[in-house]
Amino acid sequence: MNIAIWQKLDNLARSFIPFGFSLILVVLSVLPTHIPGYMQIAPILALISVYHWAIFRPNLLPISAVFILGLLQDLLLGTPVGLYVLVFLTVYGVVLSQRRFFVGKSFIFFWFGFAAISMLASIESYFLGSIWNVILLDFNAATFQYLILLGIFPAVAWVFLRWQQAFLQQD
Amino acid sequence: MLERRSSALVRIAAPLKSLVQRFTYLGLVLSAFSLMFLGKFDSVPIDRLRVEVTEVMAPILEVFSRPAATVSMHIQNVQDLSNIRDDNNRLKQENIRLLQWQTVARKLQSDNTALRQLLSVVSDNSEKYITARVIAGSGSLLSNMLIVNAGNKNGVVKGQTVIGSRGVIGRIFEVSNSSSRVLLLTDINSRVPVLVERNRTRAIMTGKNTNLASLIHLPQGARILPSDRIVTSGHGGAFPSGLPIGVVVSKSDDGIDVQLFTDFSRLEYVRIVDFGLNNLLEINQNEYVSKRVVDDKFVGK
Repeated sequence: MNIAIWQKLDNLARSFIPFGFSLILVVLSVLPTHIPGYMQIAPILALISVYHWAIFRPNLLPISAVFILGLLQDLLLGTPVGLYVLVFLTVYGVVLSQRRFFVGKSFIFFWFGFAAISMLASIESYFLGSIWNVILLDFNAATFQYLILLGIFPAVAWVFLRWQQAFLQQD
Repeated sequence: MLERRSSALVRIAAPLKSLVQRFTYLGLVLSAFSLMFLGKFDSVPIDRLRVEVTEVMAPILEVFSRPAATVSMHIQNVQDLSNIRDDNNRLKQENIRLLQWQTVARKLQSDNTALRQLLSVVSDNSEKYITARVIAGSGSLLSNMLIVNAGNKNGVVKGQTVIGSRGVIGRIFEVSNSSSRVLLLTDINSRVPVLVERNRTRAIMTGKNTNLASLIHLPQGARILPSDRIVTSGHGGAFPSGLPIGVVVSKSDDGIDVQLFTDFSRLEYVRIVDFGLNNLLEINQNEYVSKRVVDDKFVGK
């Protein structure tokens, strides 16, 4: 009896962790890093999380969780509320519909997939932001933000993959 | 029997589930769009939500921002060590120059006091300072803001001027109980009346969500040169006049770019200044006075 409760608690904790990881990434993306010039091009780290869990365990990061993450990202960043909600939902939706395409492929392929999808996300946020402000935003900053996100991707994805291998049972 | 029924259930349940999922997805996308619309045309509820969330997240942000600051401090220490000789030479020269300025400033100060006494000028030394730590530097392509760890309970009020290490950086635009949000001068929604210090040309400074700001609404034929200093003009009453902001770095077809004196990326503490001007923005003088009287009665003064 006692063991069963602990097991349930353990499973609950494990299933909460993808959302927890994503929350941490949202917070990290708004922290002051004190790196000169980094502020304007700080990448939206939670995109990595949405992409990763949509491919591997969409049941652990349901769509309502994605919505909450986007909302929190908007509220903390000070972007128009709804903007990153839309971007995250797009990434989630696109990845989920192409999920079979990604599963079981090599890491490089996984990375390329992210390159394509985060480019879509960058373009989407760039245009939504431009329309909202009725002005064309700085395109160079958008490009750098995208490149930095691509560079950070392997580090974050590696942590996710290791954790997943260690703590989640295979399907 | 049971098997047949369950297989029928599966046959109906699977498409139903995918239909529900699709509707959920569409519903959430639509609600995101409506949130954006709501925020564009009536931002009050959205702002309130933002204040609440910032209030809840402030302690978490504060905890996370400490290690980041420590790491950057150590990196800075190492960089400083390697530049120590150059810095020393530079500072010696600067010191000679500043000593000359000091004599000039002393003379001007005594002149100024004497003249003020002659004219019986009423001094307005009513400014109050609040020092706050930057807990989130949410500058991004889409917005340039900071979150600082001082709020209502520390006396921060919407509209107060925020000053960094070397000049104005922005103003308070959202206040919750223990944290507040600063709209930086480089944000696309920031508009500040400024003066070119050399020839007193008026302009409006606006941000571009990059690390530069730009000047707009210049009078025709205004002559502005690189390295002209830009200061606040005090028009409109949002900022007091003469506070340093930045320096003109380049002139191009799309405008005049201004580099701010304060480097946002190095910003750890800011000063929030109450010049006693803020309330004039939203309520007129009479209402302001009557409100003060009511407030004072209320607290039993």
